Amino acid sequence: MPFRDFDSITLGHGGGGKLTQTLLENGVFSLLNNDWLTGQDDAANLVLDGKYAFSTDTFVVSPVIFPGGTIGDLAVNGTVNDLAVSGAKPEYLSLSFILEEGLQGAEFWEILLSIRNACSETGVKVVTGDTKVVEKGKGDKIFINTTGIGKIHSSAKLGMKNIRPGDKILLSGPPARHGIAIMSKRQGLEFETTLTSDTRPLHLICMQLIEQFESGIRFMRDPTRGGVATVLHDIVRHTNLGIEIRENSLPLENEVAGACEMLGFDPLFVANEGLFVCVVSPEISDACLHTLQTWKHGAQAAVIGNVVNEHPGGVLMHSKIGGKRMLPQASGELLPRIC
Amino acid sequence: MKYLDEFRDSVLVHKLLRKIRSTVTQPWHIMEVCGGQTHGLVRHGILDMLPEQIRMIHGPGCPVCVTPVALIDKAIDLSMRNNVILCSYGDMLRVPGSSISLQQARARGGDIRILYTPLEAVTIARNNPSKEVVFFAVGFETTAPANALSVLQAHKAGLRNYSVLSAHVLVPPAIEAIMSDPGTIVNGFLAAGHVCTVMGLSEYEPLVEQWKVPIVVTGFEPVDLLEGIWMVVSQLENGEYRLENQYRRVVSKNGNRVAIEWIRQVFEHRTREWRGIGEIPLSGLFLREKFKHYDALQKFGEPEIQAGKQEDCRSGDIMKGKIKPPDCPHFGNKCTPVFPLGAPMVSSEGACAAYYQYRQK
Repeated sequence: MPFRDFDSITLGHGGGGKLTQTLLENGVFSLLNNDWLTGQDDAANLVLDGKYAFSTDTFVVSPVIFPGGTIGDLAVNGTVNDLAVSGAKPEYLSLSFILEEGLQGAEFWEILLSIRNACSETGVKVVTGDTKVVEKGKGDKIFINTTGIGKIHSSAKLGMKNIRPGDKILLSGPPARHGIAIMSKRQGLEFETTLTSDTRPLHLICMQLIEQFESGIRFMRDPTRGGVATVLHDIVRHTNLGIEIRENSLPLENEVAGACEMLGFDPLFVANEGLFVCVVSPEISDACLHTLQTWKHGAQAAVIGNVVNEHPGGVLMHSKIGGKRMLPQASGELLPRIC
Repeated sequence: MKYLDEFRDSVLVHKLLRKIRSTVTQPWHIMEVCGGQTHGLVRHGILDMLPEQIRMIHGPGCPVCVTPVALIDKAIDLSMRNNVILCSYGDMLRVPGSSISLQQARARGGDIRILYTPLEAVTIARNNPSKEVVFFAVGFETTAPANALSVLQAHKAGLRNYSVLSAHVLVPPAIEAIMSDPGTIVNGFLAAGHVCTVMGLSEYEPLVEQWKVPIVVTGFEPVDLLEGIWMVVSQLENGEYRLENQYRRVVSKNGNRVAIEWIRQVFEHRTREWRGIGEIPLSGLFLREKFKHYDALQKFGEPEIQAGKQEDCRSGDIMKGKIKPPDCPHFGNKCTPVFPLGAPMVSSEGACAAYYQYRQK
C-alpha cells in the first residue's frame, strides 16, 4: 500500500510541501511513470507536427467508484473519446485533481490505478498535472479535469457542415448503460442491477472507420450527458435539417429498458461513456455498420435513422406502434418520476 | 421486454384502431383522468391515429400539477431552514411556487433530497437525529400507501424528527367535480389504472350510476389505452353506461386491502384546494389527529396564502378540458419546461409537458 503514511487526504496534501511531494511521488508519478512527469518541470515540452485536436473536460461524478469503473476511467476515456470522435489519435493528457479533505487514501489509490490502466489501454501519456485540496464540505471527494491533444488523421473530414439529407445515423451500441449504472447507486434510488457503466476508449474504432471510409464518415460524437437525443438535437440545430429515427431500430438492452421504465426515463436522454453516434453517407452505411458490428463492443450497433429535409431543426420519432412524435430536447437534470 | 412489448404491439394496436373506427358514428369527448395516460397517448403518437370523432380530454390526474402553490411555498420555506432536510419525489423539484421552485431553493442552499420512496426519508430521519426530516408527500391514491407506511414506521420506531407535508389528492371527488360542472363536455372516462390497483373498483360504481357516464379503468400502454377507448366508445354508441375494467391484469375488484388499510389508519378525507381548479370537497388526504406529531403542518404551521396573486398559467382550463395546451397564449413562448409558468409544463404527467415535448414543430 503506497499511501501507508496516511489513510485520508488532508489540507496539507495540497500545501505544496513534503506531504504534496509524498502524494505525487508515491502515488501519481509512481503509477503514471514517464519522462515528462519525473522531470517535474513547470510545463511539458512537446514536439508536434501537423493538425491537432485539443479538448478539455471536467469530471464530477457521484459516486466516484461505480459498477464498471471509477471517476478516473471517465476522466481519461472522456477526453480520449472527445479527441477520437474528432478524428484524432489521442497522445497527451493533462491531469488535475481537486481533492476534498477526508478523501480516503484507498479510494484515491483505486482511482489512480484506474487512471493508469485507462492510459495504458489507450497509449495516451499524462505529461502535466496539478493537485489541490479543498476543505471538507467544499467538494465531493474528488473532481478531475483532463485536457488532451491528439493528431488528426489526414483522411478525417468530419464536421456537422458535411451532413447532407439522406445521410444515415448509426449508433455504436446500446444506450444508457452508464447513467443507469450510476443511478442504481444513488442514495434514495438504489436498485439492484447487474448493469455496469459502458466507459471505454473509442479511439481505435473511430480511427478504423476514418481509415476505411474517409470522407464517407461525416460526423461523430459521443453522447455523454444528455444522451443520444442531445446529440441528435445538436445536429438538427446546427444544420437546420431534420432527423427521423425509428424506435424499433434502437438497440435497447432489456435491463436498461426495464430500469428506464421504472424510473420514468427515456434511454435516449441517459448518459453514456463509451458510445458514439456516427453520421455517414448512404453509400457506405451498410459497410460501416458491418465494421462497427465486428468491433468487440459493437455487436448491437444499428442504423437508427436518417437525415431529412423535412421538419428542419426537429427530430421525429416513429414509435413502435406506427405513430409519430417529436423527440424533445433535454430540459436539464434527469428527475425520476412520481408514479 | 416482457409485459410491455405485448402491449406495444403494432398489429394489436391497428386491430383496435379498426375496431374503434368501425364502432364510432358520432363525436365523443373522452377524458383520460391520469397524466400518465396523457403521456402514453402523446408519446406513442396515438392522438393522431384516432378517428376525428374522438376527442381526448386530458384530465386533472397530475398530482404535481394540482398541488397548491401555498404548499409548495411551505416546502420551499422549510427546505431553507438550517435544521430541516426536505425530501420529495423528483417531479416536484421544477414546479414553480409563488416566487421560486424547490430546484432554485436547493441552489440557494436548501437541503433537498430526491427520493424514490418515503421509507428512505424515514431512514434519513433515523440517521440524522438532530435534523427535522420532512417528506413532501404528493400523489393520488397510488403513492398514499407508501407515505402512510412511512408514518406508521416512524411511529413504531418512536422517531419524533420525521413528518409529512401531505398534498395528497383523490380521484373520485375530482370526477365528481368534473361531472357536476354544468359546462362539462365529458361523455366518458378512462379511469386511472394504478389508482385502482390500490383502491379497487367500488368507488366508481356510484359515479357511473349518478352521472350515467361510462367509466373504464384503463392501463397506460398503447394497447391498454386503445382498448379502453374502444370500450368507452362501444358503451356510448349503444347508449349504455357501466363500470368496466380494461386493466384486469393489474386491477382487482377489491384493490390492495393492506394498502387501503394503511391509508385509512393514517389519513382522513378533507376538503382540498386543487391548483388551477379550486376547492373540491373531501378530495384530500390529511393526517389523522392520532398522527399529528407527523404532520408537518401541525409541527411547522399552516402555509401562508398569498392573496390576490393572479397566476398566468391556465392549467385549470386545460385540466377541465376547456382548452388544449397549445391553445394557451403562453404555451411554448412565455411558458416552457425551462421557464415554466405552471406545473403542467414541468411535471412528468403534465399535459403541457406532453404536448411541448412530443408535438412541437
